[in-house]
Amino acid sequence: MQADEESPDKHAEITFAVSHTGYLGPDGTVEEPLPEFARDASALIPLYGAMVLTRVLDEKAVALQRTGRLGTYASSLGQEAVGVGVAAAMRPDDIFVPSFREQAAQLWRGVSPKEILLYWGGDERGSDFEGPREDFPVCIPVASHFPHAAGIALAFKLRNEQRVAIAVAGDGATSKGDFYEAINIAAVWSVPAVFVINNNQWAISVPRAAQTAAQTLAQKAIAAGMPGERVDGNDVIAVQDATERAIARARAGDGPSLIEAITYRLADHTTADDAHRYREDAEVSAHWKEEPVGRLRRYLTDQSVWTKENEEALLAQVAEQVDEAVEAYLATPAQPVETMFDYLFEKLPAGLLAQREAAMTKLTGQGHD
Amino acid sequence: MTEISLVEAVTLALSRAMEDDERVLLLGEDIGLDGGVFRATAGLVERFGTDRVRDTPLSEAIIAGVSVGLAAQGFRPVGEIQFMGFIYPVIDQLVNHASRLRTRTRGRISCPLVIRAPFGGGIHAPEHHSESMEAMFAHVPGLRVVIPSSPHRAYGLLLAAIRNPDPVVFLEPKRIYRALKEDVPDNGEALPLDRCVVLREGSDVTIVTWGAMTVEALAAADELAGEGVSTEVIDVSTLKPLDAKTILESVHKTGRCVIVHEAPFTAGFGAEIAARLAEKGLMDLLAPVRRVAGYDVVMPLPRLENSYMPSAERIATAVRESAAYA
Repeated sequence: MQADEESPDKHAEITFAVSHTGYLGPDGTVEEPLPEFARDASALIPLYGAMVLTRVLDEKAVALQRTGRLGTYASSLGQEAVGVGVAAAMRPDDIFVPSFREQAAQLWRGVSPKEILLYWGGDERGSDFEGPREDFPVCIPVASHFPHAAGIALAFKLRNEQRVAIAVAGDGATSKGDFYEAINIAAVWSVPAVFVINNNQWAISVPRAAQTAAQTLAQKAIAAGMPGERVDGNDVIAVQDATERAIARARAGDGPSLIEAITYRLADHTTADDAHRYREDAEVSAHWKEEPVGRLRRYLTDQSVWTKENEEALLAQVAEQVDEAVEAYLATPAQPVETMFDYLFEKLPAGLLAQREAAMTKLTGQGHD
Repeated sequence: MTEISLVEAVTLALSRAMEDDERVLLLGEDIGLDGGVFRATAGLVERFGTDRVRDTPLSEAIIAGVSVGLAAQGFRPVGEIQFMGFIYPVIDQLVNHASRLRTRTRGRISCPLVIRAPFGGGIHAPEHHSESMEAMFAHVPGLRVVIPSSPHRAYGLLLAAIRNPDPVVFLEPKRIYRALKEDVPDNGEALPLDRCVVLREGSDVTIVTWGAMTVEALAAADELAGEGVSTEVIDVSTLKPLDAKTILESVHKTGRCVIVHEAPFTAGFGAEIAARLAEKGLMDLLAPVRRVAGYDVVMPLPRLENSYMPSAERIATAVRESAAYA
């Protein structure tokens, strides 16, 4: 390696622009020529179905929480296009590294609604995905999963695999060191990673404007030495398009990218939150006019590939799928007590056997040997 | 026969592990051409290349975070943190991710990584370079905490740590990095990660210690032998999982125990050992358990450092008092 040829005190003229991609306007009309994959409107129907599934599952999960049958839950209401668009751009053998609001992408990747309910219902088996075995479980400590995506992508690079690691985090995550440290190392090592910011404007009660003085979140990529772009996060076509471009770049060996998907958190932060304390109803209502599900439905309807009958059939099918998942979740008994020990290490150290025994028999002591 | 120091034994183990297993790779600051601030990785980038001996950007958190991703993908990353005072950003990754990925995915994803860091005082290092915070790591479920105190154990324990399928915090007592040399055959033999080592047998008082304090403890034992006090010295070696059995058996024999560590007194790992003795060895005790530890103060800068560190003299005094207790 060599030091910079340029002396650091020399005046540097650095200019940048942050592009924005959007195809469908809020009313579902086409504002820009559509990308290749979206030209056949009927090809978008699976994306629509996935967004509807996410929304119905979210609604059901919140209802379960309100009736004491699920733990705290983070609804993705209004951000379904971010998850579906990102996941639809991925290959099955790519790896998804989510925060805690990416149900849409997880479902597309093959995580089952029952697994999602199990996790939020307090059962670790919800993160033992039967589908995408290498995808990471949700990450609750904000931004701390971004470095994992860099590490996974480094593994791909070292093994010469044409795979990509894709991480999603919220707008608040861009204020954290882990975010900067991860995009920095990913870029300097040129690993095949894509970092997506689900900019839903609110980090619990703190609005986007109070997170950073930067004009955009995407421009933070420029300092790391990677491309950053903005995309209409309520337009699933735009999200998929931008993610596909970033993934193609990563797969070709040209390094990581950052995508800022601009959307809006229509629900409370979680079921433990009451957003009325800190934001105006009028703001939320205004954003309902831009939400992604109705937008795509209007487009599909305008293109005559979607009818009232199709909609009713989809809703019935999704309701059945979610109801079955709820039933399966509620019918799943808790794991035996000793399982809290059984996955701690590959082989449990002998000293913990006594604690395991004590937990199983509800002995009062800790049972140290 | 070549005699090598503890830090050279670390290098030898790293090179053996990389030779034996292509999944092993090293990450850290200045570990490449510079060979690490203590030269623990000297010569390794030349042998194994920059793909496997990776100078990272200056970010401790990313060393751990990237290691989690690599480990989940089947690599065996070994991260070096230059000094323990810089390890705190790593704790988030160890506590929230590395130590619990296997549990939270019910065995689907595991995290076989090692974080190495020199620790402890006594070398007149700058501020933030001399602390002993091993108890913080020992408190974390899912982590192993290993501290070698000789070249032989550094070699065997580090090999074991790297081969272990779960995360290990490997703390190297830098005060004795070059203090003693011994013959360490490069035979690839790992040592068990759950065993205390009896360094010296004795019948009157048991000293339980680890890291650089083993040297002070052995010096105290030598001095006490001249006074007719027979001291057993145990190197805990793996704080977690703790081999309580060896300690209890020793105290069963001696009836007296002095625990020595240079970490601060309160809530130090000595408290855990004292509690085990109270729970399982109370009837064996002929004297109260004593702890000789660092004080509950901010680690002083080098001018007062030696007044902070437990010395052979302080240890000998405690052992004498314990032996005299009737």
